[in-house]
Amino acid sequence: MNAPAAATLCAPKDFKSDTKPVWCPGCGDYSVLSAITKALAALELRPENVAVVSGIGCSSRIPAYTACYGFHGVHGRALPVATGLKVARPDLTVLVASGDGDGYSIGGNHFLHACRRNVDLTYIVMDNHVYGMTKGQPSPTTEPGWSSKLAPGGTGLREFHPLVIALASGANFIARAYSGDPNGCAALIAEAVRHPGFSFVEVLSPCVTFRPEQREWKTRAHPAAVEPTDDPGRAARRLMTDDGFNIGVLYKGARPPYGAARAPAQSLEELAWPFRL
Amino acid sequence: MAVPTLEDFMARAYAMELEAHERYAQFAEQLDTHNNRAVAEMFRKLSHIESLHARRILEAMQWPSLPALPPTPGWESAEAPETAPQDAVHYLMQPWHALEIALRCELQAQKYYEDIAAGDAPPGVRKAALEMADEEREHVRLVRDWMRRVPQPEAGWDEDPDPPRAPG
Repeated sequence: MNAPAAATLCAPKDFKSDTKPVWCPGCGDYSVLSAITKALAALELRPENVAVVSGIGCSSRIPAYTACYGFHGVHGRALPVATGLKVARPDLTVLVASGDGDGYSIGGNHFLHACRRNVDLTYIVMDNHVYGMTKGQPSPTTEPGWSSKLAPGGTGLREFHPLVIALASGANFIARAYSGDPNGCAALIAEAVRHPGFSFVEVLSPCVTFRPEQREWKTRAHPAAVEPTDDPGRAARRLMTDDGFNIGVLYKGARPPYGAARAPAQSLEELAWPFRL
Repeated sequence: MAVPTLEDFMARAYAMELEAHERYAQFAEQLDTHNNRAVAEMFRKLSHIESLHARRILEAMQWPSLPALPPTPGWESAEAPETAPQDAVHYLMQPWHALEIALRCELQAQKYYEDIAAGDAPPGVRKAALEMADEEREHVRLVRDWMRRVPQPEAGWDEDPDPPRAPG
């Protein structure tokens, strides 16, 4: 890690590694990478104080493209790794990067429990409604009627609604960003990092290769017309009627984050005593 | 569009040039990765030109380094008027397309400055905006001239015999 000298503020480029991304030209994930580095610089963090953890998929390549500590984990298992890391090293700022397949399908169960545990993590999910890395299979957020060679006529299955699920499961901060606005996305990520507890940022990040029609998202994304609420009931009503393109902070809870481990009630010797031979 | 002082106006202009420079540099990297060297080289040139514009603003204002950028950027779109959208590129694009993107961005920048020059900003700001609009107009002319010297893509330029996506 070639970190800049201590006591100097880092610029966004200081959070980028020398590894060049291999995403398709025009992919929304480039903007998310840029937004993450801008957010970390704005937060006046340093690469050695940040860890970026991911699972598998296009979006999960992000740790390699940052100069922070990184862990490119097992498919769908980024959140357990990040939870363990944050509990063991609460001094680190831990970001978790995922996509709609990795995060909502393979890692769907971990998503629920990470929200419930409310460990102080920032979970950034780049949602393009498709499995891009494996050539375009429908993901949990794919529209039921999206027809492709791999799913002729569409799946006919109702989409997963990640923001509603996150709220119901206990996430403490819920926002939606759009990769076409990297500066706005950076501001939302910075706010998510600042907010204590489990912060979930869903980023609409078009897949220009398998879902080229998503270029039109730029005409659909719009700022949320309401102020963030800390009332889960009000947030639930908002999210249930959400058009999927409201951009901004949609819920900011006040639940205290999972605390640091308490001192053990018994020493190791005391625990071992009943099992002695 | 409120632009209270010349410093504020020039800081925004600087931010605009810098963002355009960074975006073209990103595009150059993306196309390099995908072995589209000719377009990568074109974006690298465009990125370099924007960095020169940014440096010229620093010199004109006699700022030793990056000025404090205004908290609100002052443009209506998500990104600065001269910044090409992230999804403007294609892996099979040709140098002419890169110039087409640049032309669109220069025209937007020209309009941005013209609007300020025609607005109710202080006279010093309007005068500077007029000068910047003239510069952008010159850039538009140069890009158009450049486009005439670059082969125009034929129909079907984006057809890939081995496409990533099989037709549905």
